[in-house]
Amino acid sequence: MLKDITIGQYLPGNSVIHRLDPRTKILLIVAFLIVLFTVGNFAGYLALALFLFAVNKIAKVPFKMLVKSLKPLLFFVIFTAVINLFLTRGEPIFKWGIITITKEGVRLTIAMSLRLIFLVIGTSLLTYTTSPIVLTDGIESLFRPLSKIGFPAHEIAMMMTIAIRFIPTIIDETDKIMKAQSARGSDFESGSLIHRAKALIPILVPLFVSAFRRADDLATAMECRCYRGGEGRTKLKAIKMKRIDAGAFLISAAVFAVVIVMNWL
Amino acid sequence: MHIKVENLVYKYMPGTPFEHIAVDDVSFEIKKGEFVGLIGHTGSGKSTLIQHLNGLIKPWSGKIFVDGVDISDKEVKLHELRFKVGIVFQYPEYQLFEETVKKDIMFGPKNMGLSDEEAEERAREAMNLVGLDHSLAEKSPFELSGGQKRRVAIAGVLAMQPEVLILDEPAAGLDPHGRNEILSRIEYMHKEKNMSIVLVSHSMEDIARMAKRVIVMKEGKIAAEGSVHDIFKKGESLKEINLDVPQIKRLTDELRRRGYDLPDDIYTVERAHEEILKLFEMEHHKV
Repeated sequence: MLKDITIGQYLPGNSVIHRLDPRTKILLIVAFLIVLFTVGNFAGYLALALFLFAVNKIAKVPFKMLVKSLKPLLFFVIFTAVINLFLTRGEPIFKWGIITITKEGVRLTIAMSLRLIFLVIGTSLLTYTTSPIVLTDGIESLFRPLSKIGFPAHEIAMMMTIAIRFIPTIIDETDKIMKAQSARGSDFESGSLIHRAKALIPILVPLFVSAFRRADDLATAMECRCYRGGEGRTKLKAIKMKRIDAGAFLISAAVFAVVIVMNWL
Repeated sequence: MHIKVENLVYKYMPGTPFEHIAVDDVSFEIKKGEFVGLIGHTGSGKSTLIQHLNGLIKPWSGKIFVDGVDISDKEVKLHELRFKVGIVFQYPEYQLFEETVKKDIMFGPKNMGLSDEEAEERAREAMNLVGLDHSLAEKSPFELSGGQKRRVAIAGVLAMQPEVLILDEPAAGLDPHGRNEILSRIEYMHKEKNMSIVLVSHSMEDIARMAKRVIVMKEGKIAAEGSVHDIFKKGESLKEINLDVPQIKRLTDELRRRGYDLPDDIYTVERAHEEILKLFEMEHHKV
């Protein structure tokens, strides 16, 4: 069960997409998301789908991994789809008792579902092709201009790096604790909702205790190595924009422009 | 209780690029009342193997029989099996969660469906077994010392009164005093309660001192199996798999090489002490 979490999972590779500067990828993802929410017709969705497909092909991310990243969202997509389908007012095309389905409802449902799915695939492509450390470096660099007005860019990036770094550790630990409590007869799989919620206490308490212990140890270790925040700190691997980044910007800009123009066609 | 494992195979993440065979075609038996030592280099599959014995993980292929019953059978209630085959994991103190020591130890018995009184009685007995003072019963387990926490955690498993007790590195990270305490408690339970024990350890000294039979694992396979003497007389082959003989064995081997007439099956300090004294006395009589 815990092994299904794909957030922040990086698939090492050496494709063009992998080699792009993290800032390029982050900025393009943001642009992609904006364009995605302005799309007004199905030709636009088709164009974006082709774009995602092409990026996916170049990055050589297995199709299975994309499907896997969509899995946790399935419930959310279905939930919003149902809400949109039954609660949107407009021209009715189907009526049965109190249930009314409208033309606008169908349109909105399909559009919202596609948006959510594209959103997840787009961001998954980012995390699959960018190692978490590089990604936070990119975020730090993008937010650095804001540090002039007091925005803690370095601190936030550091916190993200640490958080991401500890996801596998915590998953591992949860697995261990669950096994240890199962060995003492804990039962997480059956019983009423309240019973199951109660069964989580023996997992959560030790998990929190150990997370605090780890945090404490890490803070001490960082201080021992004279960590004092971002000021004047240099990087072993500085990130650098290259020619492929310019290419990526141009191609994506062209695609996004076409999609936006299609809105008026 | 008798455990029999037949051709057990376990793979991590099968079907992905990360596939890794952790346990590779392993067969062995644990008889009633036996004390088995399980040794192997880090990553040799010991911990994965023991988790099969109470159904915490399901084998990829192969069978496990407990008292002749196949535990993969749908009729078998794994829940109940876990009360009979108790596992104490590495660093078990990290599983403590209750407000008081007593409540934590009662967690297992309560899951068995015992009444509060019975569970309390079990907790008291378990505290006696691991040598915990009853004045600690109402303390928070988080206030205790490392060695005490470890004992609370072990008591939490013992309170279920398992017939087989499996311990994964029960003395790891404890000071010599805590180490001795824990190990002599395990010996006591084996002798007095006739509990079958499987001790997973990196310490050849502990295995030599306590186990009757030793299983050596290497890269998921059983590399050797036999009595303490069978295993440690072949010191060289143990070194090949990054294990070693007990230190005292190395000392007595060296003494033997220098001409002292000592037996070749000395694996514990106590025994070496005895034999060397015997040697001294003989010299003394000669003079």
